[in-house]
Amino acid sequence: MTVVVGWTADARGRAALERGAHEARAHGEPLLVVNATTGTSTVDDRFAGEQDVADVQTLLDSLGIEAEVRQPVVRDVTDALLDIAEEVDASVLVIGIRHRSPVGKLLMGSTAQKILLDARCAVLAVKAADGSR
Amino acid sequence: MDALLTGLGLALQPENLVYAVVGVLLGTAVGVLPGIGPAMTVALLLPVTYNVSPSAALIMFAGIYYGGMYGGSTTSILLNTPGESSSVITALEGNKMAKTGRAAQALATAAIGSFVAGTISTVLLVALAPTVAEWVVVLGAPSYFAMMLLALVAVTSVLGSSKLRGFIALALGLAIGLVGTTTGQARLTFGNPLLADGIDIVVVAVAIFAVGEALWVAAHLRRRPLEVIPVGRPWMDREDWGRSWKPWLRGTAYGFPFGALPAGGAEMPTFLSYITERRLAGKHRAEFGKGAIEGVAGPEAANNASAAGTLVPLLAIGLPTTATAAVILAAMQGYGLQPGPQLFEAEPELVWTLLASLFVANTLLLVINLPMAPLWAKLLRLPRPYLYAGILFFAVLGAYSVNFQWFDVALLGLFGVLGFAMRRFGLPVLPLIVGVILGPRLEEQLGQALQLSRGDVSALWSEPVAVIVYAVIVALLLGPLVLRLIPGRQGPERLEDEVESLEEEVRS
Repeated sequence: MTVVVGWTADARGRAALERGAHEARAHGEPLLVVNATTGTSTVDDRFAGEQDVADVQTLLDSLGIEAEVRQPVVRDVTDALLDIAEEVDASVLVIGIRHRSPVGKLLMGSTAQKILLDARCAVLAVKAADGSR
Repeated sequence: MDALLTGLGLALQPENLVYAVVGVLLGTAVGVLPGIGPAMTVALLLPVTYNVSPSAALIMFAGIYYGGMYGGSTTSILLNTPGESSSVITALEGNKMAKTGRAAQALATAAIGSFVAGTISTVLLVALAPTVAEWVVVLGAPSYFAMMLLALVAVTSVLGSSKLRGFIALALGLAIGLVGTTTGQARLTFGNPLLADGIDIVVVAVAIFAVGEALWVAAHLRRRPLEVIPVGRPWMDREDWGRSWKPWLRGTAYGFPFGALPAGGAEMPTFLSYITERRLAGKHRAEFGKGAIEGVAGPEAANNASAAGTLVPLLAIGLPTTATAAVILAAMQGYGLQPGPQLFEAEPELVWTLLASLFVANTLLLVINLPMAPLWAKLLRLPRPYLYAGILFFAVLGAYSVNFQWFDVALLGLFGVLGFAMRRFGLPVLPLIVGVILGPRLEEQLGQALQLSRGDVSALWSEPVAVIVYAVIVALLLGPLVLRLIPGRQGPERLEDEVESLEEEVRS
């Protein structure tokens, strides 16, 4: 059993990561951090840079958590997260959520909604600490 | 001088000013985005020439050309991936500077250096172009034929990793240029009346640049995103100014003549400028490879100077030396303007408005680039599928609007696949596009020369200028071979190899 975190390099991803680390430590399970991107734009702010990844790895190591960071380039971020959760037989999938405008949801769909409905494991949804949208 | 002032007055008219602003904004945007360049943008905009006045369109195109040179440096510095081929060298030192927290200074020296170089070169252009036009106006058809031949040979053999690939691309271009019935008999028309008027250059240029690139991007859609280095407002302190101004001037001195020669635009002078700055760096020599400001200032000045240099042969002789210049030439032909010495006689107002607008564009570029470089970098977050969907839409629209025939759209697809295949197999695009545009004119001059001499072929080398040009062509083709044959001496390496070894050296 593994704790899987859907991580993005922003406040929401940070919240999910912290909560995921907490879960992993509480249950003594390994942690798998997934930072996926579709790779269709030259720059993706939510895709973590080398320095960010190294920082996260160091932090988790220092907490004594057996952690792995994966950064796949995939067709669909949601599907990739669900597939990985299934592949490692996740006990819980931690994601960060935020408010979406109705129009934004109509155009882009909701990653969180799809994960909540389609995941085979338990999903833990957290919000960014500062309440940023 | 009076002519220039009149031109400046016309260039500052609201309508022309709006086109200049649109041009520099578009140019900077496409310069920032990797894979999309000024050549593609001007090609996509060729259809606007149907209902915009010649001076407005040319002002816009010149703005795009200059703007592309500015925008490319932003991407090179902040992302370590060149936005334009002319900014490859800038990435060497520029990105190192950005990584050590000096992105603001790198952007500033690039923008101000581009402005300085652009202004000096435009002055040189204004001084030189009419003089060159006066010299060449007395030349006859044999000399023009020889000069066009030189341009074709030069863009084909000086650039690129392989001469064979260059000549394949050139042959394709000349073949496309042959289609039609201009000579009286039908050539390569396959009995199709729709091909009788030849293939419109708009269709070929848009297909090769836009559709070919879009297909290529679609085939490599998912790439690991790159990290953009955060940066505030670009600025320089006194020391940076002191270290920058000499490289700016030296870069200009390299860029302008190389732009004017058919030696392939900005790659060669930026490279030479970088080497020179590294050699002359003195006490800052150790900083090269770790982010030396001289290594950004020189090449960035060189690439802008070369853009202005390119306009000398384009306006005065009608010879394009870069892909963008070739497409601008196509636009001028679309207006029925004959670039070359006659242009200064026949359309003085247009020429001087265009030249004056270059100063305007250059100033506008400094204003929009210096404070807003970080904003421009935001364009890089645009997902490629949206971007290229838009490009394909305009490509199809442009091709269709040529004759309102579905046939042109079909040709667009066909040549688009050709453009994709050329990228796949490493064939350079420049010889093809120059071949398509110069091919028919080459033939026209040949026909004229032979008509005057009543078919006597020796007329082709009857003018001294023509003989000199042929000698240059032979030297260009045989030079590298001869150098290789001399024992104990290495032949000159290809530019790509040198840039590669330079990059390795810097990385290690």
